[in-house]
Amino acid sequence: MVNFINFVGANPGRSGHRRAVAAGRIVYDTRRAVAELVGADDPLRIIFTYNVTHALNLCLHGLLAPGDHVITSSMEHNSVMRPLRMLEKKGVKLSIVRCANNGSLEPSAVEALIGTGTKLVVLNHASNVTGTLLPIKAVGAICRKHNLLFLVDTAQTAGCYPIAMQSDCIDLLAFTGHKALHGPMGTGGLVIGGRVDEKSLNPLLQGGTGSNSQYEEQPDFLPDALEAGTVNAVGLAGLAAGINWINDIGLETIRSHEEHLTKLLIEGLTGIGGVTVYGDHCAADRTATVSFTIEHIPVSEIGLKLDEEFGILCRVGLHCAPMAHKTLETFPHGTVRFGFSSFNTEDEVEKAIAAVKELSAGVL
Amino acid sequence: MKSTSSTVILVCSTSYALHIEKTLKDSGIPCTLIPVPRHLSSDCGVCVRIASHCKAKTIKMLETTKIPFEGIFDLIQ
Repeated sequence: MVNFINFVGANPGRSGHRRAVAAGRIVYDTRRAVAELVGADDPLRIIFTYNVTHALNLCLHGLLAPGDHVITSSMEHNSVMRPLRMLEKKGVKLSIVRCANNGSLEPSAVEALIGTGTKLVVLNHASNVTGTLLPIKAVGAICRKHNLLFLVDTAQTAGCYPIAMQSDCIDLLAFTGHKALHGPMGTGGLVIGGRVDEKSLNPLLQGGTGSNSQYEEQPDFLPDALEAGTVNAVGLAGLAAGINWINDIGLETIRSHEEHLTKLLIEGLTGIGGVTVYGDHCAADRTATVSFTIEHIPVSEIGLKLDEEFGILCRVGLHCAPMAHKTLETFPHGTVRFGFSSFNTEDEVEKAIAAVKELSAGVL
Repeated sequence: MKSTSSTVILVCSTSYALHIEKTLKDSGIPCTLIPVPRHLSSDCGVCVRIASHCKAKTIKMLETTKIPFEGIFDLIQ
């Protein structure tokens, strides 16, 4: 990013001079890095956006028309739920699979909702509340069987859990750069698989692309058809650096470390009286996101004390996922959520457990 | 006396030029990106320049990989 700001600084794809080409190369290399990480065939079918919400909106609003039927789960973030509720008002038919109260989803429940007008199934890969991994491979296979498109929100998994678009039967993959991919905020994207007719996706934005400049209509080829306006090239330089770092460390190493910390945390928290940990307790079936409550203490108070008295930063409340909390039976108060990255340590986990134990002891 | 020394591949966007550049270099075909010659197109982006003796090999590679391009032109110098 420093290199881009100090020595490149040009607009990718908007001119033929050396710096514009250098900027274009940085963006192109980032496309390749993302494609390799998620197992996408064609780096030019990656549309860069400003975050995963932008990517999900691009896909949902671009693909669905009144009369179409879409299926999702009750564990979705509002980045999926809100655009779907908006589309529902415009005539899109929406079915929501009710997950179990530990956040798990039965693939056959998705299949049971498929009808003649069903066009798309959209699921998160892992919940942002409980870290619960949804069975995307099984649902992807069901989508292929019924010739449906399958959109996966990988906000919680890209960079920390293996993703394989081909074998997981994912047609459309939305990602954000600023979480486990270790990029900066303002980066994300939509990966469009080979089964998707790009002409069936209407752009959210129309405008300059640096290509076909003689025409007043939007180009119809990817990525330009869906990527109008200057991309966040400096941010994408950071995203590529993040992915390169993941590749250097190794995704399996990252996953193994996070799974280990998650196991330690869950074991520690479940041993404390008055503490409830939500979601499946098996660390292998979830990401390093753990939600809990302490009996008789409001989550906001827990969050404040963890910050002020222990220097532990967490997020409390509904986590932009009201239906997920209804599923977990934690609505409307929500939970306290700890989330780890590969930089966290066993010592930090032990301190977090001790802090929760101390807070819990104060009210018992 | 005019002679043909280089050939350019026109593409629809810089992304495709970079994609072709990567693919050619991976195949051992030297190339560079240059601004699109104005007499060939009004596009303001870049195209891929190769040595003319690599033209046949390049066309075969583009056909194999199915990377779309808008045209191939010899530059007369």
